Formats: sequence, structure tokens, C-alpha cells
Amino acid sequence: MTRGFIRMLLVALLAFAGMAHAQAIEPMPFANHAQELRFQHLTRELRCPMCQNETLADSNAPIARDLRNQIFQMMQQGRSDDEIKQYLVARYSRFVLYDPPLTPGTWLLWFGPLLILLGGAAAVLVAIRKRSRGDGATERASFEQAPTDNGDDW
Amino acid sequence: MNRLLPFFGFMLLVLLFGFGIWWNTQHDPNAIPTPLLNKPAPAFNLPKLYEPAQKVSKADLLGKPYLLNVFASWCVECGVEHPVLQAAGPTLGVQLVGYNYKDAPDDAKRWLAEHGNPYGLLIADEPGNTAIDFGVYGAPESFLIDAKGVIRYKHIGPITPEVLANELKPAIAAMAHEAAP
Repeated sequence: MTRGFIRMLLVALLAFAGMAHAQAIEPMPFANHAQELRFQHLTRELRCPMCQNETLADSNAPIARDLRNQIFQMMQQGRSDDEIKQYLVARYSRFVLYDPPLTPGTWLLWFGPLLILLGGAAAVLVAIRKRSRGDGATERASFEQAPTDNGDDW
Repeated sequence: MNRLLPFFGFMLLVLLFGFGIWWNTQHDPNAIPTPLLNKPAPAFNLPKLYEPAQKVSKADLLGKPYLLNVFASWCVECGVEHPVLQAAGPTLGVQLVGYNYKDAPDDAKRWLAEHGNPYGLLIADEPGNTAIDFGVYGAPESFLIDAKGVIRYKHIGPITPEVLANELKPAIAAMAHEAAP
């Protein structure tokens, strides 16, 4: 009896889950499967301006739905991905692009990690050279005084 | 000196952390900079809320500056902003144009009847297509548009008394000062 009830409840819940999903991503009359894939790829590269940690593909915000429709319309008009991105950037700024373009304003973002890596490498090099040269002697002396410190503590 | 090195490293991190906090209090990390600032407002042709048969275009509004205020009856923050607009509307020195965004006309009218109507002109964008051209992604948003149809100032979120005094009024004053001589 109770098992039957629980089963019914589960079925009902699953049905509702399906409905919610169908609401989030409404079907669109794509011309072909390739276009559908292109649409999915493009909307995943674009950020929803309203809920900024979601892509246009994932977001259920009204503006995301409107923008998905707009992108769909533009695809039907034969516009390229770049044209669609430019259209959105002209209205919502580069903020909508998940991949920041390489511009003077973003070079630190792109090459910053490399700079930090190079800086770290330089620091390690300097430290190694110091040890292998004269400074090593004093350090060895301090090892003898404090045998518990093996010098590997970082 | 070498013994102080970790301390300096720590201080550097503290400074960086403090700078991050300071930066985020000065800037709204969620605000999207509008690329439309100081550019001509996009063309539009939208029906009036109360007389849907009549349409208002960008060209109709040229010649006099106006504040385009995007609002909707479903928007909670618009209710926060509304009393400010009600009080300041007549003293702004520019026409207040209401832009009813993605709203059922009847809901909008009911909302205005309940909260009051500070707008000199009301246009409706029920499908929300024109709003995309303005880079609108929510309500409320406000655009200050000058006599030549150029967007001079944009505010995302409710116009609070602080925003009104510190940003909007100076922007209107700068515009009026420019037009006067």
C-alpha cells in the first residue's frame, strides 16, 4: 500500500521534473541538426547578463530566453557566429563573452599567469644558485646545529 | 632581513586583499558597463501604454532631453525606486518617459494606478525586443538621453536618493550647462 503510494509519488515528481526541464529549454524549429548544434555551442559561449554565472544556454531568466530567441532569429537570417557575438557585444559589452578577446585591456588576464610562472621560476633559480654557491656552507652549518630541520619544510 | 621576508610577503597579501575589498565597495561587480554610453540611442517605435494605437519613435522625442525609465509591474526593485521618481519627477528638469518592459498592459496600468504615475509619457515594450537594442537585461534601468538622442548616462538598478543626488542630477546639470551657451 505505502510502497504503491511512494511509487506514485516518485512518478509524479519525475513528471514535474520533466515539465520544469521542458520550460527551461523550449524547443526551437531548427532547420537541421547542424544548426541546432551550432546554436547550442554558441549559447554556451555567451553569458547571461542577468544571472551572470550562467550561460545563455543554461539560464532560465526572461532576458536569456529573449536573447536565445534573438540568436535563433539571426541564425535563420544566415548571420555568422561572429556577427551574432558582435551584435550582443555592441549591446551588452564584452561582458557577455565567456572567452575574453585578446585586447590591450585584457593582456594581463591572458599573460598574467605566465608572468607569475616566470617570476616563480626566477625565484627558484636564484634560490638554487644561492644554495649551490657559498651560502650553502652557512646553511649546512645551521643544519648541524638544528638536526631536526631537514630544510624541506616548504 | 631574510627572516622578515615572510612578514613582507604576508603584508603584500594583506594589501592585495584590502585593495580587493575596497575595489568591490567602490564598484558594483555585477553592473555591466554599457557600450552605448555617449552613443546615439537605438531607434525605436513603440506603442503608448494607454493608447496602443499611437506609436512613439525616437525621432518624435528628439529636441528635448528625457529620462527613459525601464520599469515593470513584476519588478520588485521598481517599487523601491518609484517613490523617488514620484518625488523627484517634477524637479528633474527633463521629461520622464516610462518604458514598460515585458509587462502585460493591464498589469502595468493597475500597478501605476496603485503606486502613482510620475511619467509624462508611457511607452510599452511587451515582447521586449527593442529593450535588447538598449542593452536592457532587467528592470529598473534608466537612460538619460539628450536633445540630439545621445545616451548621456545610464543607471542599472533602482534610482535611490543617493544616486539621484550624486549621479543623475549632476548628469542632467552637465547636459543643461552644455546646451545653454
